[in-house]
Amino acid sequence: MTQVRVLAGTRKGAFVLTADGRRDKWSVSGPHFGGWEIYHMKASPADPNRLYASQNTGWFGQLLQRSDDGGVTWQPAGNDFSYVGDPGTHLWYDGTPRPWEFKRIWHLEPSLTDPDVVYAGAEDAALFKSDDGGVTWRELTGLRLHESAPGWAPGAGGMCLHTIILQESRMFVAISAAGTFRSDDFGETWRPVNHGLHSEGIPDSGAEVGHCVHHVEAHPARPDTLFMQKHWDVMRSDDGGLSWTEVSGNLPTDFGFPIAVHPHEPETIYVVPITSDSLHYPPDGQLRVWRSRSGGNEWEPLTRGLPQQDCYVNVYRDAMAMDSLDSAGLYFGTTGGQVYVSPDSGDSWAPIVRDLPAVLSVEVQVV
Amino acid sequence: MTPASDVEVRVVLPAHLRNLAGVRGEVLVSVPAPLTQRAVVDAIEARFPMLGGTIRDRRTGKRRAFVRFYACEQDLSNEPPDAPLPDAVAAAITAGTEPFLVVGAMAGG
Repeated sequence: MTQVRVLAGTRKGAFVLTADGRRDKWSVSGPHFGGWEIYHMKASPADPNRLYASQNTGWFGQLLQRSDDGGVTWQPAGNDFSYVGDPGTHLWYDGTPRPWEFKRIWHLEPSLTDPDVVYAGAEDAALFKSDDGGVTWRELTGLRLHESAPGWAPGAGGMCLHTIILQESRMFVAISAAGTFRSDDFGETWRPVNHGLHSEGIPDSGAEVGHCVHHVEAHPARPDTLFMQKHWDVMRSDDGGLSWTEVSGNLPTDFGFPIAVHPHEPETIYVVPITSDSLHYPPDGQLRVWRSRSGGNEWEPLTRGLPQQDCYVNVYRDAMAMDSLDSAGLYFGTTGGQVYVSPDSGDSWAPIVRDLPAVLSVEVQVV
Repeated sequence: MTPASDVEVRVVLPAHLRNLAGVRGEVLVSVPAPLTQRAVVDAIEARFPMLGGTIRDRRTGKRRAFVRFYACEQDLSNEPPDAPLPDAVAAAITAGTEPFLVVGAMAGG
């Protein structure tokens, strides 16, 4: 029987939410790792029972947990995320050089084909890879040693590598606030791919690097088409990131964090507009997901079942995901601890849970 | 078999690290004399490899900022990691009358 498994990472632990394909009655297990921040959990596409979780606190640092039974039990794997060689410096908020310092893993991206291979995106920005199920890690240094890296500076949330897209030999990562980078050789060498982005908060609004990219997604069948939620602006690229055009269209605000692509409709995308960079809650206290069925520019609000008054939560960049059922489900978690499900691609919504700790990430599997 | 010069040290870990190590209550670790902070933490990490990096930075070996070391009602956190523990502390730990405490500092929520 089809089972849907939602992996929710929160400020105080991990939760696994399960339902059958109807997605109307849910079981909740957790908290796993109670009291720890779980920035991200994700399953291997090659083995649905293999899960990885990034576990962190300010007290005891970074851990990496692995489950081989779909999240029922977990074992700590390796947590030695060491930069190779002299880590060098990047720019600090005041413009002074600051040594690279590992803080946490923001994002885990398991290989599409090998459950023991997983990539990890770090703050301060770096990309790590494990070939042994997360036991040992090595830095793919070509990114951090890119010639532009000494000029990278953190966004308000830190200088985090938060997005990893795997396309066989080609990879994309996104860093706040450096921008998007592309590799065509399995992550060995990198180039910035930010042409067409414009950011008012940097001296040269069209600079090659320095953009606060919040999240990037691509449909597997359209590897050259990327959709981006930037600090401000929703963008798309149809040439593998070489150029970007704005598709914010009629959105009420084009500030936000997550963006999602429909699994069966490559031109259907979703965002959750947030009022502004200084007001991290939805406009007018109305929580609305906006859907475009034309790859951007023309957007419609999705409201049925979502709070339409007095709602002042945020949705973080990794906290929205879609399942792959025929009637594709859309999920997101909020800073208020709600996880919502739409079993009909956004037309209607219901809460799975209402009172979790602040949700940092949401992923979903069909098993 | 424990070498004659090793000391069986009672260690109290904070709750999060006990959960991570899969233990309850105090743990015993064998520490070569003379007792130092580094020797005690080395022994903890040797017995519980999953605690590597949680008490001290892997690269620098420095105590994590929000981790403290106490024994005999004394804060040893800022003592040099290779300095022998004070005589009275070492004697009490060696005798098993006092534990070495690894403490999560009071900070935030």
